[in-house]
Amino acid sequence: MQPFVSHTGIAAPLLTDDINTDQIAPILHSRSLKEDYKAMLFHRARRRRDGSEDPDFVLNKPQFRAAGILVTGHNFGAGSSRESAVWSMLANDIRVIVAKSFADIYRENCLQNGLLPVVLGGHDADAFIARVVAVDGATPFTVDLVTQRISGPGGPDIAFEIAAAERTRLIEGLDDIGLTLKHMDDIARWERQAAVAQPWLQQATDSRR
Amino acid sequence: MPRTLFDKIWDFHRAGQRSDGRDLVYIDRHVLHELHAHHAFAQLQRQARAVHRPDLTFAVQDHTVATQPGRDDGTNPSGTAFIRAMREGCRDNGIRLFDIDDPEQGISHVVAPELGMVLPGATHAVPDSHAATVGGVGALAFGCGTSELAHILVTQVMALRRPKTMRVRLDGRLGAHVNAKDVALRLIAGLGVAGARGHAVEYAGAAVRAMPIEARMTLCNLNIEMGGRSGFVAPDEATFAWLSGRPFVPQDTLWDRAVAYWRTLKSDDDAAFDREVTLDCSALEPQISWGTDPSQVVGISGRVPAPDALEPSRRAAAQSAFAYMGLEPGTPLAGLPVDRVFIGSCTNSRLPDLQVAAAVVRGRRVAAGVVAMVVPGSSRVKREAEAAGLDRVFREAGFFWGESGCSMCAGGNGDRGRPGERCVSTTNRNFENRQGPQVRTHLASPATAAASAIAGCIADVRQLLAGAA
Repeated sequence: MQPFVSHTGIAAPLLTDDINTDQIAPILHSRSLKEDYKAMLFHRARRRRDGSEDPDFVLNKPQFRAAGILVTGHNFGAGSSRESAVWSMLANDIRVIVAKSFADIYRENCLQNGLLPVVLGGHDADAFIARVVAVDGATPFTVDLVTQRISGPGGPDIAFEIAAAERTRLIEGLDDIGLTLKHMDDIARWERQAAVAQPWLQQATDSRR
Repeated sequence: MPRTLFDKIWDFHRAGQRSDGRDLVYIDRHVLHELHAHHAFAQLQRQARAVHRPDLTFAVQDHTVATQPGRDDGTNPSGTAFIRAMREGCRDNGIRLFDIDDPEQGISHVVAPELGMVLPGATHAVPDSHAATVGGVGALAFGCGTSELAHILVTQVMALRRPKTMRVRLDGRLGAHVNAKDVALRLIAGLGVAGARGHAVEYAGAAVRAMPIEARMTLCNLNIEMGGRSGFVAPDEATFAWLSGRPFVPQDTLWDRAVAYWRTLKSDDDAAFDREVTLDCSALEPQISWGTDPSQVVGISGRVPAPDALEPSRRAAAQSAFAYMGLEPGTPLAGLPVDRVFIGSCTNSRLPDLQVAAAVVRGRRVAAGVVAMVVPGSSRVKREAEAAGLDRVFREAGFFWGESGCSMCAGGNGDRGRPGERCVSTTNRNFENRQGPQVRTHLASPATAAASAIAGCIADVRQLLAGAA
């Protein structure tokens, strides 16, 4: 996984709640397994009904085309578990999402890929959003995971919380499977115990065969 | 200390704890589908890692398969590469695949319980957000992304933070032609699309106990639409009777032993939940969505709400939904002309769903100009429906009768509506563009969908059937 330490970039405000993964990464009926994640990001939201680009969509505005930080509302990433909704962010060099809250599966998918999910509570979120809107892409913000602070124009640094272990995993770019593989003895022990306690769990046999 | 059923299943399956504090929760059954699995197979190959328990891992082709009779790998051209990569990955890793032509092919969430792969008190994972469907038999299931799918393949555990617990008590008795779909939509309307975020939800109460197992699956299926991490119903005698004799359940004396254990699977009387919610279902009418998320729902006799009538936090979304759906506040839902009706998906494609719809359709015709489809949730459901003559009922009424798969739920197989069409759908998400660009989806039960196909407009099934009497 690519590590995340710090990112300095333009912050784009997409201030709606409940943005779902169908919006973030719509199914585009690619015939290839190698999908174009860059083009996928908000593919429909970026376009008007006639297929032309919608100049009003935030990521289409000149000052936000190179945004690296997406700022949004509650329950970001609701719906489908598709990880393409994270890969399409990274393919567009978006490395941080600052939200009032995240959908559970989406947040996990972020952590798995080095896309930093930052949750800001009520007052901090509103203050940060006001600054992002005011600066309108003219000056970047820095999101630093080492110091757990957001700094930039329009006010003092804003501290954010993240579980210490998740922070370490992101900063060091740790392989999640690798972390669990250290516990294969525990897992083998569990399997032996389950085979005694609930033997039907450890065998999935088709009785017709 | 008294424990909830969630606690009991979680604690039993906790194989260890990682240095980062996450619990390693053993996954008893892991079911893959072709839209996401190929990424994980490629990752394992790159990392030279092997599948730890191919014998506990199964795979289906469901998201991209065509529904046309006589379909093959190429019928949906945007599915071909996915279907073939799935076949190859399963062969290379020794995983049993229910392939496109297998008699047990179907939607993972329909196939796994109907074959008896998932069991009460077992854990289950699918790289799909509707994994909790199988909570209907008392299994604890988690949807996951592709990285987590690879993680489970290699280790057979998920590294999870323990969710909070929530109990939804459904009291009362459902009225005629009101079912689990209506209950779930009403719950989501009340709690909101993030109302159960971070929670494992136990559905309890008299209305749940009275539900057939398939209806409990519908209820649990929609748990993710209020943001729930998992959702389930404690198993009971109806569950054991439903599972009995299915191909993958334990046999002979092991079955007896399993049932004896499963009878202990309930929350302790004085167990505390982090959150409790109650809904009286007695006065519930059929429900229908009017907007672009599954919380934007009213009763079938209701109207598109005025923004002032909504909580302030829901007004902006409502305004955007009015525009997308082409609806004005105050418009009655019943009577809105529809172009398309879809009956299917992991939410409502099991045999009782099709029986309910067929009972409405029997002896009637789909209204002129309406495209109506039924797509059974599995090839087994399809065979059983055909044995009961349901396919004839649907076909004679003018419905398309398809091969099983996810079909129009997400449109990944090319089954989609045309721009601007209004579609009554038994699926789970009325998101913008989900059933095709600019398609306007109204979520409803199979009974309401069937009645709407006949009426040519959004219809109250109770009135349609009363009119016939």
